[in-house]
This record gives sequence, structure tokens and C-alpha cells, in this order.
Amino acid sequence: MYQALSVSELSLYLGELLKSDPILNGIWVQGELSEFKRYAASGHCYFTLKDSDAVLRGVMWKSHAEKLGALPRAGDLVLAHGYVGLYPQRGDVQLYADMIVPAGAGLLNARFEELKARLNAEGLFSLERKRPLPLLPRRIALVTGPQSAALQDMLTILARRCPLVEVLIAPCLVQGERAPDSIVEALYAAYSSGVDLVILARGGGSIEDLWAFNDEAVARAVFASPVPIITGVGHETDTTIVDYVADLRAPTPSAAAELAVPELADLAAIIGEARARLNAATAASLGLRREQLAEAARSVERHDPVRRLGRDRQQIDDLARRVERSVAGSTQLRRATLTGLAARLGALSPQATLARGYAVVRRAADGQVLTSPGQATPPDRLRITLRDGDLLAETVAPAE
Amino acid sequence: MSTPTAVESYETLYVRLQQVVARLEQGELPLDETLQLYEQGVRLAAACQRLLDTAELRVQQLSAASPGLDLEA
Repeated sequence: MYQALSVSELSLYLGELLKSDPILNGIWVQGELSEFKRYAASGHCYFTLKDSDAVLRGVMWKSHAEKLGALPRAGDLVLAHGYVGLYPQRGDVQLYADMIVPAGAGLLNARFEELKARLNAEGLFSLERKRPLPLLPRRIALVTGPQSAALQDMLTILARRCPLVEVLIAPCLVQGERAPDSIVEALYAAYSSGVDLVILARGGGSIEDLWAFNDEAVARAVFASPVPIITGVGHETDTTIVDYVADLRAPTPSAAAELAVPELADLAAIIGEARARLNAATAASLGLRREQLAEAARSVERHDPVRRLGRDRQQIDDLARRVERSVAGSTQLRRATLTGLAARLGALSPQATLARGYAVVRRAADGQVLTSPGQATPPDRLRITLRDGDLLAETVAPAE
Repeated sequence: MSTPTAVESYETLYVRLQQVVARLEQGELPLDETLQLYEQGVRLAAACQRLLDTAELRVQQLSAASPGLDLEA
């Protein structure tokens, strides 16, 4: 190379070189803090890590420093996570840290906490994202070790609880260095095989045994699941990163299988309920019809000719009674009138005249009223009507 | 998956059963339709029950793409 670089150009080149290195981009460094200072004005922290042979400068920006519980102090043995970069103004290679934890807790724990914090900040654990499980899944993928006890447990439970479902085993390595890749591969194979629920499971083990389930790539593959995913990793007390990402965390593989499907008896109960409603609705419909029929029968009865005749007859009787009543009424009226007339007639009758001493004379033989002496020939008998009675008399001769 | 799974068959029957029940519960159907629906519902419920009674877990396994899977404990 014949061309000289400026210092800035070299710094820029070195900076790019460091940035492009995959190892330096997310690295854990263990060492003793020889110095740790937080600048009140900016909130940024500056520190130095060292061991017996080397020294490394570091910086932690305010945004990360705020998430530290207690600030570490000089003399602490720590694990720091971050990327390595160049600070061109001073020509220093330094660690841009996003997390510092006590080394005593162990590297695995530190990595766990760092990944957890990062994925959480990214929203991979977001509760709003958790999807409900299908009420009755059709095909369930079991992503687990093909010869594992966990698989046998899950198959046993699924066969007992809900043999209606189909099971697809997506086998993978569940521990060791190659496990993360194997799990990711099995997950994606499951996703593309038309299942509507995935269970990612592994039986109990040490924290190292379960480590593949704290792998970032595995966590992201779980996050990418197009269908709800249940994790059942380790024992009840174990929590792995994938547990936080999954739609549902089950404490064990068996529990995951239990949560995945309803019990057949519950389904049968639902069918029984549908049958009961079917019966009730049909009975109600028939009952209504019976009611309508009874109503129709009553209506027919009302129009029955025999009953109609009876009713008419009654009406006729009724009318007759009313006629009678009105006739009787008019008879009475007439009788009253008659009495009045009789009184008036009485006033005109000869009786009153008789009472005054006059008499009516009739021929006894034929009752002919006599008004002239020539009408009687002696010895015709005469009937003389006085006020209180009659007298019989014999004519002697016409009076001279 | 062209052939329906057992659950799909079950759900198809169950959804039809629900529809039959819903129509009956709505009421105001002619008598013959009521009776037809009732018989249909009874048949559907029996078919659902039969599926539940005879179900057997179907298990398939995807071929293991990763080498060395058999070594896993």
C-alpha cells in the first residue's frame, strides 16, 4: 500500500473493523472494576476493568445505567456485557457496556438476565401479544426430544384426555451445543406443517441442560410462531427465556399437554347440553302447536250447529218471554182503563136512579122493559126492579 | 391437509348441530320442518358422540433433519 492514511481515516477503519466483528458485538467480559464513576450531569458512567495482566476502559450510557439496580463499586468482580468499539478522540479501544452484574452470580445467570432484559425491552414478552389457545386444537406439534420421557408423558396425556386431536412430533436435540439450531429448525418445520398449536417441551435438568431454552435464536423462533405456542421446560421452579416469550408457560411437559386440550368428557357434556336444548326447543314448538290446536278446537266448538241451535232456541225463549211480558203489560193497562170506564158507566147506570126511588118494570115472561101500559096484558106478570131487589107483580087492569 | 382431521369432522358436525338447535329455538317453523330438524339434530349429536367414543390419538413424526438426534437422552 503506497498511500498514507490520515489518523482519522485509520480510526474510522479500525472502528468499522471492530463493529463488523461478530464476537466483539455482543460480548461478556469478566474482570475487577478498578474504577467506576457516574457523572451526575450527564448520567453516563465510566469505568475500568482489569485483571492481573490487562486493563480495559468502559463506558455505560445513561439509558443502560438507569436500569442497574445498585451501581457497582471499585473492587467488585463483575461481568460486563456490551460491544467493543474505538473512541477516536483518545485512540482508546473500550467496552460500551449495556449491563454489569456481579460475577459471583455466574456467567449463565448474567447472560440470562441480559437477554431477558433486552428481549423484554424489545417487546417479546408483551402480554398483549399473548394469544388465546384454540378451544379444541386440530393438530398439535410436539417439539421435543424424540426419545424423551417428556414426549411419552405428553402422548399419554393427550391420548387419555382428547384422542380426537392429531399429533405431529417435530424431533429436536434438547441439550448440548447444537440444540439451539436443532430446536429452531424443528420449530419452523412445525410451523410449516399446518398445526394450530405448538408445544415446546423438555423434561427437567440442570440449568446447563436447559440452556438451549435460554438461547436468543430459540427465543426469537418461539416469538415467530404463527400459532399459539405453549412451553413446558424443566420442572415447576425452572423458568427459561422461552417461557417468557411463549403464549402460555406450563410448569412441565405434562402440564403443557393438559393445558393444550379439553377433556373428552367436557366435549361430551357440551354435546349433551346441545341435545337437551334440541329436545327443549322441539318440545316447546310442539307445545305451542298443541296450544294452537286446542284454540282451534275451541273455535270449531263455538261454530258447532247443534250448539248454535241450542243457543238460538234460548234466544227464541228469551224473545218469547219478552213478548209475553210486553203483552201482559198491555193487558194490565187495558184492565186499568176498563176499571175507569166501569166507574164512569156506573155513574150513568139505572142503579143510581133506582136508588132514588125509581123502578124498572119488565115483562116477566121475556124481560121486555115496559114503557107504556099497553105493553102488558092482564094478568101478565111483571118484574119490578127496585134498588135492593126485584118484586114479582101481577097486572090487574090498565089504570084509568 | 385435504382429508379433514377428526377434530375438523367433529367441529363440522358440532357447528351443524348448533345451527339446528338455534333454528329450532327460534321457533315459528312448520311442523314437518320442526320434526325434520329434530331428527337431524339427534343424528348429529349421535355422530358427535360416536366420534368422541371412537377417537384414537393419531401420531405422526416429522423426519429428523438434524443429524445425531438418536443420541439425545
